[in-house]
Amino acid sequence: MKTNANFMNHVYGWLLLLPAAVFLLAFTHYPTVATLVQSLFSEGTAIRPSVFVGLENYQMLAEDDIFWKVLGNNMWYALGTIPTSIGLAVLMAVWVNRRLPARGLVRMAYFTPTILPMIAVANIWLFFYTPQIGLFDQIGAAVGLPSQNWLGDPDLVLSCLIVMTIWKEAGFFMIFYLAALQSLPEELNEAAYLEGAGRWYVFRRITWPLLMPTTLFVSINAVINSFKMVDHLFILTKGGPNNASSLLLYYIFEVAFSFFDESYAATLTVVLLALLALAAVGQFLFLEKRIHYR
Amino acid sequence: MLKYLSKTAGATVIAAGLTLGQASSAAAVELTMYYPVAVGGALTQIVDGLVAGFEADNPEIKVNAIYAGNYNDARIKALAALKSGKPAQLSVMFSIDIYELIEQGAIIAFDDIAETADDKAWLKKFYPALMENGITQGKTWGIPFQRSTIVMYYNKDAFREAGLDPENPPATWDELVSVSKKLTKSDGSQWGLMIPSTGYPYWMFGALTKQNGQTLMNGAGNETYFDAPATIEALQFWKDLGSKHAVMPSGTIEWGTLRQNFLDQKTAIMWHSTGNLTKVKDTASFDFGVAMLPAMKSRGTPTGGGNFYIFKDTTAEERSASLKLIQYMTSPERAAEWSIKTGYIGTRPDAYETDALKKYVVTFPPAAVARDQLEFATAELSTYQTGRVRKLLDDAIQAALTGSSSPAEALGAAQKQADRLLKNYQ
Repeated sequence: MKTNANFMNHVYGWLLLLPAAVFLLAFTHYPTVATLVQSLFSEGTAIRPSVFVGLENYQMLAEDDIFWKVLGNNMWYALGTIPTSIGLAVLMAVWVNRRLPARGLVRMAYFTPTILPMIAVANIWLFFYTPQIGLFDQIGAAVGLPSQNWLGDPDLVLSCLIVMTIWKEAGFFMIFYLAALQSLPEELNEAAYLEGAGRWYVFRRITWPLLMPTTLFVSINAVINSFKMVDHLFILTKGGPNNASSLLLYYIFEVAFSFFDESYAATLTVVLLALLALAAVGQFLFLEKRIHYR
Repeated sequence: MLKYLSKTAGATVIAAGLTLGQASSAAAVELTMYYPVAVGGALTQIVDGLVAGFEADNPEIKVNAIYAGNYNDARIKALAALKSGKPAQLSVMFSIDIYELIEQGAIIAFDDIAETADDKAWLKKFYPALMENGITQGKTWGIPFQRSTIVMYYNKDAFREAGLDPENPPATWDELVSVSKKLTKSDGSQWGLMIPSTGYPYWMFGALTKQNGQTLMNGAGNETYFDAPATIEALQFWKDLGSKHAVMPSGTIEWGTLRQNFLDQKTAIMWHSTGNLTKVKDTASFDFGVAMLPAMKSRGTPTGGGNFYIFKDTTAEERSASLKLIQYMTSPERAAEWSIKTGYIGTRPDAYETDALKKYVVTFPPAAVARDQLEFATAELSTYQTGRVRKLLDDAIQAALTGSSSPAEALGAAQKQADRLLKNYQ
């Protein structure tokens, strides 16, 4: 009798899990496996059917200059955006966590870039960066600087994208830090001040360590974002000039939907998945040791 | 009472049967057509209007015209529908998608559908330059619909200010350089010339190479001429405009914001699609002119835009109904109406013989420039593996313009890789 009830309990549990599991399998796990399988086959057309080629696609990848170029770009893009936007987010969060006149307005102002769609942001920044008629060139002209071809110069274009991304992302991360700051117990700060600790010391030894769980969450999000956000490239540069601003996911899109080489696109996707998995695991292992969970 | 009831019931059944019969005969053939819009929103209404006109003339054919995004989206949707087993019967797609569509086994040649002498004659009614991107392997696969070319827009006020004759735009490369030098202001507030080099660099480059007497590929779509001496010269000239003659900003020039640069008088001349004509006409605060692109060995421009295709996976009735629809949409009157409302070229000479377009060309002469330039037009870059080959050329152009490699180096590397891609098709 007891085993029967236990069994029914199990069935009940699995039934509750079923809807979510079905969607997860159908839209996450199945595509992942299908991608992996497809990366081992050649691209089929009506004339030449798809055949098993083993690791040939991966060999092509190793010899593909554009792949290495976009991978390098993506690394610089991640390095350029993540630390700065997290730093800015903490700064803004600490700033608007204090008593300020019109605090609500300031918070909203910082958060506004986040609610704009990336496509809209890119369209706005396209005109910021436009030589001569753009905002930056007009400001530059007012103080006597020469006109810059911001997006048309391979040495500048990636930095331009990084600046725009930081502008867009920092406000989003600020919200998490703000929430975390507000949940910190006030007694700790008071006790520290009683002991005569300075503000910088309190931040460094008390506030920042207590914010570490948030930092882990935010940094994982930031890493994922730096690989998955490519909407702006469609508007701003299309990856140019000469792939100077192309990112991995954008290249995957080009290969899949402009070259119609789904197999090679699958191969690139496997690399992207592996990179993201590695980054997430690494962060958990590395940061876990330094995190104090209450 | 009962009798009456049964009588009315019977009548209702008969009436219902009649309407059913009508409904099924009215939808004897149902066509699904995808079409892209590359430039603006109002175009969907114009297409809907054309389709409604066709349905009124042909009650036995029902047409579902589906707006499918830009050219790239339309191709992706059409090929996805094909794979899912529920394809459309016809579609407007990029004229340069032809080899991709043939390789996928997606489309059928018009020669295989056109049976009557009339239909066969119809295939010859269009401007030959516009047919180039639709013909390969000796067959016609695409019928021109929304087609454009590149033209030169110039600011007549700026010409007057620089002491130039506004009715005499530059007609050769040398004149282009000398005129642009006069139009370039030394304080950097106005450039002489801008040729966009993002988005579609290969398209602009197709104009420069044609003017230098060189095409970029063969008619079979399996050979490119990226490293031909005339091609390299053309890229050198493009680069020199920025670096040597300093009449154009160096680096790449953004396609998307170029029109605004011209409208804000930051450049006196721009090369751009005829598709911008209506917008420039509506917003320019100065007197502007439109001219053919200048010549080195001859004048020249690539064509651009979308063609009608009929899919292979269709029944005989659907094919003939599709043919009928396309013939309607491309008839001289419709082509004239389409051209006036959109700025695209009238696709056939007799469209320019219609009263409507005749009058329009008189009141708005720039509309005739694109037509007259067709004489010097060539096909837009299109080969097998077209996406990859195009990107090779785009990257080479941008590498040269930004100075990261010389035109000869960049084009040589691109040609080598294109050869490798196209080897299997030769």
